[in-house]
Amino acid sequence: MASVSESLPPPSSTTGPIAWVRERLFSSPLNAVLTILAVWLLVMIIPALIEWGLVQAHFTAATSAECRGHPGACWAFIGEKYRFILFGLYPYDEQWRPLLAVLVLIGLIVATCMPLFWKPRLIVIWAVGLVVVGVLMWGGVFGLTYVEDTNWGGLPLTLILATFGIAVAFPLGLLLALGRRSRMPAIKTLCIIYIELIRGVPLISLLFMSSVMLPLFLPEGFSIDKLLRAQIAIILFSAAYIAEVVRGGLQAIPKGQYEGADSLGLSYAQKMGFVILPQALKIVIPPMVSLFISAFKDTSLVVIIGIYDLMQSTKASLNDPAWRGFSIEAYIFIAAIYFVFCFSMSKYSRNLEERLATGHKR
Amino acid sequence: MAEPIIQMQKVNKWYGEFHVLRNINLDVGRGERIVICGPSGSGKSTMIRCINRLEEHQQGRIVVEGTELTNDLKNIEAIRRDVGMVFQHFNLFPHLTVLENLTLGPIWVLKRPKAEAEATAMKYLERVRIPEQAKKYPGQLSGGQQQRVAIARSLCMNPKIMLFDEPTSALDPEMVKEVLDVMIELAEEGGMTMLCVTHEMGFAKAVAHRVIFMDRGEIVEQNKPDEFFANPQNERTKLFLSQILH
Repeated sequence: MASVSESLPPPSSTTGPIAWVRERLFSSPLNAVLTILAVWLLVMIIPALIEWGLVQAHFTAATSAECRGHPGACWAFIGEKYRFILFGLYPYDEQWRPLLAVLVLIGLIVATCMPLFWKPRLIVIWAVGLVVVGVLMWGGVFGLTYVEDTNWGGLPLTLILATFGIAVAFPLGLLLALGRRSRMPAIKTLCIIYIELIRGVPLISLLFMSSVMLPLFLPEGFSIDKLLRAQIAIILFSAAYIAEVVRGGLQAIPKGQYEGADSLGLSYAQKMGFVILPQALKIVIPPMVSLFISAFKDTSLVVIIGIYDLMQSTKASLNDPAWRGFSIEAYIFIAAIYFVFCFSMSKYSRNLEERLATGHKR
Repeated sequence: MAEPIIQMQKVNKWYGEFHVLRNINLDVGRGERIVICGPSGSGKSTMIRCINRLEEHQQGRIVVEGTELTNDLKNIEAIRRDVGMVFQHFNLFPHLTVLENLTLGPIWVLKRPKAEAEATAMKYLERVRIPEQAKKYPGQLSGGQQQRVAIARSLCMNPKIMLFDEPTSALDPEMVKEVLDVMIELAEEGGMTMLCVTHEMGFAKAVAHRVIFMDRGEIVEQNKPDEFFANPQNERTKLFLSQILH
């Protein structure tokens, strides 16, 4: 009788933990050496770290003197200075306002990441949220005292610069990418010049230009806020990079997709909006998120024009003579903050990639 | 003969220095079904792609449904609404479901309400015999199914003219028939003007009113299918037919 032969389980030597170890960790002499080396490094580092960071560490201390002379970390420093690190020169008694603003901003970003909110009303939510953030930060209404933005600092500033930097640069970058692929020579040339000029210059020099050179060209008495100038520099800078990443995605879309859309009679905007860009952007999620992450971290460069972002407020916190010498603790603290934000972006992007994968899913 | 639905007069086209279409004159009647064959590189795909301006001709006139194809974007979009096209590689949109593929054009180009567009889409999916795949993505379908979706997508636009650019060339052999069957059904309903670039001579014999043979950018010979196959006039036609009909 012709029957399909029974399927058998795989041989036991290729499954289970021992097989996994053999295959992944000791498959060849080189692999075995690398495995042993890695284990040795971990054995060297981890206990020492735990000893320094936890066992010998001071978590509370009334003065820095209690920490001094001890080999462990002095987390009491963070306890003493965290408000200055997070909120900079913002008036101490009003610091609940930037805290609330940070929470609102994070809430907005998290909502934007959820498909549930991918509706036109998201724009309204953002508009309301931004007004709330503005009112909280500046004040001057509803009985809140006015706080000049030169006194802003720390985490809210970093978040504001990064959020607007990315949110405005992204659509601008899309337009630049489409412009660079335009058939109209004038538009194409303009986009190429813009992208190449901006990419040819470090962000620091753009920030310098915006803070030092721009006022020279503006008419007497007319000035743009320093923070806004830095924000614009970050936007212009990021847009050029985003444009090139998007262009890479556009080039990966086969010609047939354009022709398929054309043959249905879709207009240019419809073709791009419904057919080409959704596919192109999906392809470039990994490099795009890399860009976003580096844009987030690059906001720390605003220190050079005297804006007190998270990085700068941390440095300033180290200047207190009473608590000098705890820079390792301080930098670990803000590294952790940066890491939480950057890792969340990375994690979300992978999640997004999986959700959008329609190509080979069965 | 009534006013032709497609007129091509002295159409010439070059790719760089390469003269790909040479002095093409072709009138297609309303409801006429034409099969275009010829060796690869003979310009047959280019010729039908000029009809909905996926390719631009550089000399001569092309008039579709009384509208001449020029650089005027309005005219091009109007003509593309009337002309459906089925491609060798399907060109379905992989990020949209089958149903979304079918309703994109009707909703945005023809401005139909979504519910109506979906009802029409389901009707055509049933006609190509894959209504159960509506919620899937193109990547989950076989080549033959994808090509049938592509045909349905064109039909959803309610075109007057259908262009087929080697619709079965990229398919595995066992899937050719399911696509040809759909095309034959469409032809037998009548009314639709069809231009089909294909080497499926069985299809040509079954449904074509006219077979056109192209070589080196020219229309070398055209005739009714039985005459064309039984009694080819030109030496190049004879050679070509001897090569594809074993």
